[in-house]
Amino acid sequence: MYRKIKNYKIYFIDFLLIGFIIISSFLLLRNLSENLGYNWQFYRIWEYLIKKTENGYEFGILIKGLFITLEVSAISLILSFIFGLFSALFSISNSFMLKLISAFYVETIRNTPLLIQIFFNYFVISPIFNISPFVTAILTLSLFEGAYASEIIRGGINSIHSGQYEAARSLGLTEYQMYRFIVLPQALKNVAPPLASQGISLIKDSSLVSTISVYELTLYGQAIVSETFLSFEVWFTIALIYLIINVILSAGIKIFSKKVTRSAK
Amino acid sequence: MKKVLSVVVVLLIMFGASVYADSVRESLTKESTIEKILRRGYIKVGMSTFVPWAMQDKNGNLIGFEIDVAKRLAQDMGVKVEFIPTKWSGIIPALLTGKYDVIIGGMGITPERNKKVNFTIPYDYSGMSIVAHKEKAKGFSKLEDFNKSDVVIAVRIGTTAESAVKKYLPNAKLKLFDDESQAIQELLTGRVHAVVASAPMPAFQAIEHSDKLFVPFKETFTKEPIAFAIRKGDVDTLNYFNSWITIVESEGWLKERKDYWFNSKDWEQLLK
Repeated sequence: MYRKIKNYKIYFIDFLLIGFIIISSFLLLRNLSENLGYNWQFYRIWEYLIKKTENGYEFGILIKGLFITLEVSAISLILSFIFGLFSALFSISNSFMLKLISAFYVETIRNTPLLIQIFFNYFVISPIFNISPFVTAILTLSLFEGAYASEIIRGGINSIHSGQYEAARSLGLTEYQMYRFIVLPQALKNVAPPLASQGISLIKDSSLVSTISVYELTLYGQAIVSETFLSFEVWFTIALIYLIINVILSAGIKIFSKKVTRSAK
Repeated sequence: MKKVLSVVVVLLIMFGASVYADSVRESLTKESTIEKILRRGYIKVGMSTFVPWAMQDKNGNLIGFEIDVAKRLAQDMGVKVEFIPTKWSGIIPALLTGKYDVIIGGMGITPERNKKVNFTIPYDYSGMSIVAHKEKAKGFSKLEDFNKSDVVIAVRIGTTAESAVKKYLPNAKLKLFDDESQAIQELLTGRVHAVVASAPMPAFQAIEHSDKLFVPFKETFTKEPIAFAIRKGDVDTLNYFNSWITIVESEGWLKERKDYWFNSKDWEQLLK
């Protein structure tokens, strides 16, 4: 999303492309408004974003839903990092059983659709343990993203040069100290960017928990659509909200990772 | 001379206007959905599965009251029929963007929906009924029993069931699902007190799971006219469908089909 473009020139083909984009978007918009015969009513969206009450302004239900989305995502992000870290450490351990558990976890989660996992956990698993939909949603999301995080972290650990391990061992560090002070700090620094993009995926994937009646941004959107049939307006708005949140996030990550790499040098 | 001239001019203008009106009418007729269907040779029908309006039999073919209606309509038009199953929550937007010609899917007429689409005259009436969990909703026997803040009710999102619960049971908490089967599943696990849906589905579920579920009261608590939905501004199509509904209504065919699907269980063997 957020890239610094350096040393560019504008070529003739750029002009062609810009012209093409402008013309095609104009045609697209014209078609949308003419052929659809759709009556745009964006002015009806405001009340769902911000409401005027007797005691000043308050957030509309879309923004309330956004807070739930952020809450679910934040908790899941922390949990998925923990799941991922443990699974990665299991996979590089020497124990056969731990390796097997990690492989089983990563492969089953990565090779089945998230939607099916949500349904499975909600309708099959959670009645047994009596887990609330909210907790089910968080656990499913964390397990799902954790499997990806596991692979990313494992890649990061594998990227550490064997000389580092040898140096640690020759200093007489224990296995724990070696990972804690030498390997993991370097590995995690390398995997910060891919983990961050995993975090952005998590926010987008969190919209799927609307299917188990967790009232977050997407479900509130569906509820508004089903009442008012402002389908296009509501979904455009919701897409925009997700976009803004994720752009802010990726910009923040960019700045943060710059700082981290500078301090490491 | 001036008088003659002005009369001629007025006549010309009137003639021009009438020619223009004729051409507008002609192009409207040409552009009507009915014309398009006849030229295409098949009618595209938007629907969503609702037992027993539309469901899949054991061979994966669509059967149900609504399916019979659409098939008979196509037959009387002399065209083939193509069903386009759509998620209920997106069924109106898909009609507006021209994915199909008409919604024949047990859609109740509501003022809010009518702002977006045109409805034909009703070909059916349905009402909301309740199926409840034997333990969670013990002793509940009337609608007011469910109107409490600690009662949770599952409904299918975007249905008239959702608005009926908001209207008649404003204190109850709502759980929204994309599908009726999910709402029923939620009820079977005992995480909600009841499911509200168009009759006769709740009663069927109570029979099927008589160990866990029951029907707190027999009568439906709303009465809704069910109609075809089409895009706005298409008077020819509206008239055609209205006339067709009037014909099959007078024949008694609609009632006969309704009895078969709603008051008998003869079709159950088609599913299993």
